[in-house]
Amino acid sequence: MGALKSTPAPIEHHDLSEKTGFSLRQIRVLHKRFKQLSDGDDVLRREDFLGISSLKYNPIRKEIIEAFFNRRNFSPSCEGRANEIDFEEFLVVMSHFKPPCSKMTDEQRKNIRREKLKFIFNMHDSDGDGLITLEDYRHLVEELLSRSGALGKETSRAIADAAMFEVARTVGHRLLSNFDIESRMNIRFLKTDVIPGCRLG
Amino acid sequence: MFSRMAPRGRSGLGRSLAELGLLLLAILVLLDGTVLSLEAATSSEIDTHEGKPGTHKNTSKKSFPVLGIKYDDVSVPFEISLWVLLASLMKLGFHLIPRLSNVVPESCLLISVGLLVGGILKLARDEVPPVLSDRIFFLCLLPPIILDAGYFLPIRPFVENIGTILMFAVVGTLWNAFFVGGLIYAVCQIAQDKYSEIDLSNIGILPCLLFGSIISAVDPVAVLAVFEEIHINELLHILVFGESLLNDAVTVVLYHLFEEFMESGSVSAVDAILGLVSFLIVALGGVLVGAFYGILAAFTSRFTSHTRVIEPLFVFLYSYMAYLSAEVFHLSGIMSLIACGAVMRPYVEANISHKSHTTIKYFLKMWSSVSETLIFIFLGVATVEGEHHWNWVFLTSTVVLCLVARVIGVVGLTYIINKFRIVKLTTKDQFIIAYGGLRGAIAFSLGFILHSEHKKIFLTAIITVIFFTVFVQGMTIKPLVELLAVKKKHEAKRSINEEIHTRFLDHLLTGIEDICGHYGHHHWKNKLNRFNKKYVKKILIAGDRSKEPQLIAFYHKLEMKNAIQMVESGGGSKLNSTFPSTVSMQNIQPKIHSPPSARPSERALPQLTKGREEEIRQILRTNLQKTRQRLQSYNRHTLVVDPDEEGFDDLILKKRRMMELDWKLKQMTNYLTVPRSQGSPTMSRARMASDSQAYVKPGAENVPTIKIDLASPQSPDSVRLLDEVVQDQGLTMSLPSSSSRAYKTSGKDDGRDQQKLLRCLSDPGPDVDDDEDYDDDEPVPT
Repeated sequence: MGALKSTPAPIEHHDLSEKTGFSLRQIRVLHKRFKQLSDGDDVLRREDFLGISSLKYNPIRKEIIEAFFNRRNFSPSCEGRANEIDFEEFLVVMSHFKPPCSKMTDEQRKNIRREKLKFIFNMHDSDGDGLITLEDYRHLVEELLSRSGALGKETSRAIADAAMFEVARTVGHRLLSNFDIESRMNIRFLKTDVIPGCRLG
Repeated sequence: MFSRMAPRGRSGLGRSLAELGLLLLAILVLLDGTVLSLEAATSSEIDTHEGKPGTHKNTSKKSFPVLGIKYDDVSVPFEISLWVLLASLMKLGFHLIPRLSNVVPESCLLISVGLLVGGILKLARDEVPPVLSDRIFFLCLLPPIILDAGYFLPIRPFVENIGTILMFAVVGTLWNAFFVGGLIYAVCQIAQDKYSEIDLSNIGILPCLLFGSIISAVDPVAVLAVFEEIHINELLHILVFGESLLNDAVTVVLYHLFEEFMESGSVSAVDAILGLVSFLIVALGGVLVGAFYGILAAFTSRFTSHTRVIEPLFVFLYSYMAYLSAEVFHLSGIMSLIACGAVMRPYVEANISHKSHTTIKYFLKMWSSVSETLIFIFLGVATVEGEHHWNWVFLTSTVVLCLVARVIGVVGLTYIINKFRIVKLTTKDQFIIAYGGLRGAIAFSLGFILHSEHKKIFLTAIITVIFFTVFVQGMTIKPLVELLAVKKKHEAKRSINEEIHTRFLDHLLTGIEDICGHYGHHHWKNKLNRFNKKYVKKILIAGDRSKEPQLIAFYHKLEMKNAIQMVESGGGSKLNSTFPSTVSMQNIQPKIHSPPSARPSERALPQLTKGREEEIRQILRTNLQKTRQRLQSYNRHTLVVDPDEEGFDDLILKKRRMMELDWKLKQMTNYLTVPRSQGSPTMSRARMASDSQAYVKPGAENVPTIKIDLASPQSPDSVRLLDEVVQDQGLTMSLPSSSSRAYKTSGKDDGRDQQKLLRCLSDPGPDVDDDEDYDDDEPVPT
């Protein structure tokens, strides 16, 4: 794959760059990673994600993988789940984690915030009906605590219940009103082609 | 630094009280001086008496001294106590005058007081004791402030911004030092003031650089003092504050470097490289020493479960030892102290008792507060004391150069830093960072211990810069923050939802980084956390707590806080079990919108027969007696009645509550209200089904905005009951398509759910009435 640097960017990449906001270089890097994950295929399946070794320790691994296949993350009107995704959809999901640029109007900032919150909402809402029930929340807390072993269902239940009550108690029922999500839910996307350190398998 | 708003009527009294205090102290201090001279005089007389041998002894037999003055023995502690007393009274006084403390920051007022006291002392004794000697400052006054800052350092924002902070601290300070030093040298060479006694061109380049390095460091004490009052957002606060802490290493190295150069007289390239190496050693060495002592402290705290009383002492001692050890080797004491506090905190807090935690918090706050006050007062006194060499050219150029250097430094560095940051720093941020670069007492002390021939003029210049930054910048930063509409810190309590989502985001972002395939920020943080959990926590945290994940620990703390609050406010569920709830004033409290005057009638109280009343009183009395008996048996070493020491707190609060309840019962006959017959079937079922006669205040709407403050949800009963209720439909959160809120509880389910909960809970919950406070002073008729 050493020839990648010299080939001109295909037309789709330009479109994608406009749609998702990534720069051409970033898209190229991500495309490389996509190919690596999918073993040369054009689509990614769930099993491909399971091959990433460092994801093993992540307690919410399942939810993260599901988020890639959740159609609602591709565009607001889609529903349901996909079984395979192509590069464009991969990029769209990744674009949720793009940091906001410094020059933005308030409107844009609000939109971005809403996008990110919607992404997290979709992750919590496991059955896709647009509601997060107490069961969903409990499941979430249990997963977060699952790495700590025997501390058990009781406490995680109690925590989830307490969290729900907190929401019920807040004025206007805003869950994460003070949580600066647009500045926290970001990762750094590389522009240069660094050989990825974590191999598959 | 809370400002208590004194009620209108008392402000006059308060002001006169403060003035009285000041006057009293001034008189005391004057007396001090005169007594000292008196003592000197009498002792000299006695000497002359003894001088003449034997013969006079028989003739002049002194009568037994009934009343004598012996001041010398206690002079040092006495004076120290007087100073601390003065500082504390001043602090008290300022907060009784809210108007003044809103306009002028405390540091300015304290310096002014220092000037005043210095002036009085000078008039009285014609000489002022050198109170701000460097030993007192560096060994006694500075450590508490730094430890307080380090122990309570918000680790997450600090580590997230560590790159930026280090850039400002290291590169920024270096730039400032060389810029100011170099240009001041140029100014000295150029300016030839015929009217001044000092020949400026005498000052060589090295002393100028030394001066520059002293004056360029942003001072943590001043920054803390001013920033605490303006409440800006966390990011800016941690940037400026972190910079002020970390630039200590740079200052130490530069100072020693230039001093050495001045002694030796010549500089070579090797020396410069050695300087760089020395910087790394000083910084890293300081941090390592601090971390070492921090781990020791954490390890010690693992075994203190039987001697809870001295737990805070370990924290303080190990930290102070870290500071002193670093000072021994000329490493950065401040960085060592910060590292010690930050390293030991998570482990120590998991090990020590709640009371020790409170003790540590309060002692640190108290010491740091007193230290800060003393530092500013002494600055004022020292200003009066020293001889000053006024040279307008030097002084003004110093001030101007400092400002200019700071602005250029911040702007330039931000330009570079923003290329690497995800969340960029805006112009407003840059302005606040530049404007918040205050100089303070550290610069003064470093200047004080100079061995240069130009010491006096340097000291004058340093004092001028300090005064300028503290007075001008300190006073104007608050209106500027308002003017520029800089984002302020939001005071919201850390909620469990935020905590859950913080953890969630951590894992999410780590996962995404793994999928992207590069080892980023989150990946390493995750690795560190795993290492921490697997090995370090097992060693440093006692027993079971080592396995407790942070979310659960946070949750437990929150619950305990809530429980204590609930019990304090008069509710609670731990009464005698035969009367689950009839006794109590526990009812579902509607949100208190009503004016306080109407309060008694709004309390929906249960209706009781006479017989019941008597029974209740009996139970209350027996409970009271029981708690009284238990309270009498404790000793100094355990300070705990029950094996479970939280019970002790509960007991005291319970006792108070019992007395209140008794009193309330007496009042009941006056305040009984007939409960309104509720139309809704669930409410009437509630009334009849259990003894829990819970009523809503008359006049409430049918589906009220009821606030349910349950008994602590972690008690198994309530959780299980809750299960029953919510299984059918759950508390649902729906995402309405058109609103911009991501989460919202669905309206129609609200009332129904909450009333169902009402039915199922035998303890309907405490009345969390925020307006009431039953002080201990309120007379409780028995």
